[in-house]
Amino acid sequence: MKAARWPRDDPRSTRLLRVDPTRGELSDGTIGDLRSLLRRDDLLVVNDAATMPASLAGLTEQGTPVEARLAAEAEDGTFQAVLFGAGDWRTRTEDRPPPPRLAMGDALRFDGLRAIVSGVDEVAPRLVRLAFEARGAALFSALYRAGRPVQYAHTRDPLSLWHVQTAYSGRPWAAEAPSAGFALTWDLLLDLRRRGVGLASVTHAAGLSSTGDAALDARLPLTERYDIPARTVLAIDQARSRGGRVVAVGTTVARALEGAAANGNGTLAAGPGLTDLRLGPQTQRGVVDAIVTGMHEAATSHFALLQSFAPVGLLALATGFAEARGYQGHEFGDAMLILDG
Amino acid sequence: MEIAGKGVLITGASRGLGAALARELARRGARLALVARGEAALAEVVASIRAGGGEAHAIPADVAAKHQTHAIAGAAASLLGEVEVLVHNASTLGPLPLPLLADLACEDLEEVMAANLVGPFRLTKVLVGQMLLRERGLVVHLSSDAATNAYPRWGAYGASKAALDHLARIWAAELSGTGVRFLGIDPGEMDTDMHAAAMPEADRGSLARPEDVAVQVAGMIGDESIPSGARIEALAWRSAA
Repeated sequence: MKAARWPRDDPRSTRLLRVDPTRGELSDGTIGDLRSLLRRDDLLVVNDAATMPASLAGLTEQGTPVEARLAAEAEDGTFQAVLFGAGDWRTRTEDRPPPPRLAMGDALRFDGLRAIVSGVDEVAPRLVRLAFEARGAALFSALYRAGRPVQYAHTRDPLSLWHVQTAYSGRPWAAEAPSAGFALTWDLLLDLRRRGVGLASVTHAAGLSSTGDAALDARLPLTERYDIPARTVLAIDQARSRGGRVVAVGTTVARALEGAAANGNGTLAAGPGLTDLRLGPQTQRGVVDAIVTGMHEAATSHFALLQSFAPVGLLALATGFAEARGYQGHEFGDAMLILDG
Repeated sequence: MEIAGKGVLITGASRGLGAALARELARRGARLALVARGEAALAEVVASIRAGGGEAHAIPADVAAKHQTHAIAGAAASLLGEVEVLVHNASTLGPLPLPLLADLACEDLEEVMAANLVGPFRLTKVLVGQMLLRERGLVVHLSSDAATNAYPRWGAYGASKAALDHLARIWAAELSGTGVRFLGIDPGEMDTDMHAAAMPEADRGSLARPEDVAVQVAGMIGDESIPSGARIEALAWRSAA
């Protein structure tokens, strides 16, 4: 599928492929069709994590250029990060040279922001833990000054933070954007609310999509943290009791809700947590009934996750159907709704 | 609205009304993210609030700069968890002494609009989504009587504040019933650095003190009976309660 090379000027023009697993049917529309596809008492759940300036260009103590992509912040304030060797965003991550090999205690400098390597993965040495010297408000100021959003080789130009936020973003937890939400405008969300469709959120620290190391890529997604507000748990209970369907916007929402339920032995509780749940064809979903997602390619972890919503054969048909109609893929591409009829 | 425990972001918080409002809201238990360009002056305000047992965080940034909007919003969301009240207090007069419109450089008008209108719009835009999700929030726009009266030489500032007032009213109209409210507040003439810069000949003793105006503004922030979209003169306001 052709990759969308730039954020669209008007999210309302996002195309929506409806996949109906019950009937095995596909239909072509636009994102605004959610007004008719969703009904009173359904609940749309979004990931409100803002996208971080997660890509930091810096130097080792020896002066070797290195890019660090922050994958996740730990409770102690350190960051899990993936290192890349020299090169810029125009080079695909898998074609970038490996980063310099760093050891515990090594220092990195990013435009005035200093970090110490406080951990190195035993199997994949480019996966490290970084402890920044700055803390609190000073750390945020420095990160936003030195960092940029993670870039993609397929985009037309470098991306700014404005290009990678949803309309409802809050805490900057996401290493890469929860991009299924790019299609949602407040015009649409408020209209859905007026029609009785609920709107709730989770914050899920969506991680990196690519590490430049095939073995490490195979471990994606890494453990990710989430935070589920009490009002979201209430809204889900209320939707279910009234016969509504819980519709996740994006794979990260599915991961947060199903991961949290798994952590609670089937019961969804409010609050923060960590999940390493990998959804796939065998997963019995306990919370999420349907999903709005981007167009994902076979053999990605996203595509495996979608197989918990629809059989692989129907998903393959959906991909062909979308391609034939000129749908675009990747972060800024078109959307798909997998919803039983 | 109970102010204690609320996350409040104030722009232009290093001096004048912004600093006074920060201290007043801290006294009432608000948790503050304070934005200003002047890092040293801002650090002083934060330190004085912390010394009094309050919670305040310094976010040195320029609201007029598009590339800093997400830095402000991201830092505030991280430090406060939720920004429930946003106060657009920062503003600029433009070139001094205030010129006639016929002598005003086009670029100076653009700069005043960037700081007083476009910057606040951007910041509201990136923070209002969270307020809409939670179905609660308040955005306060500090205005001026220069927005309603055509004072000679106040062209850039007056036009920017008139536009800001109208922007607040349209935000309020579009988001009516969502739980997110918008207010315009005219603080009146105050004895601030900004006033002295604009009108150096004014009798400072006749001007309101920013601390007194801050008490009024804090009262209005806490008064949920004020309808969204209202524009109120600070010193004329009396709590209905």
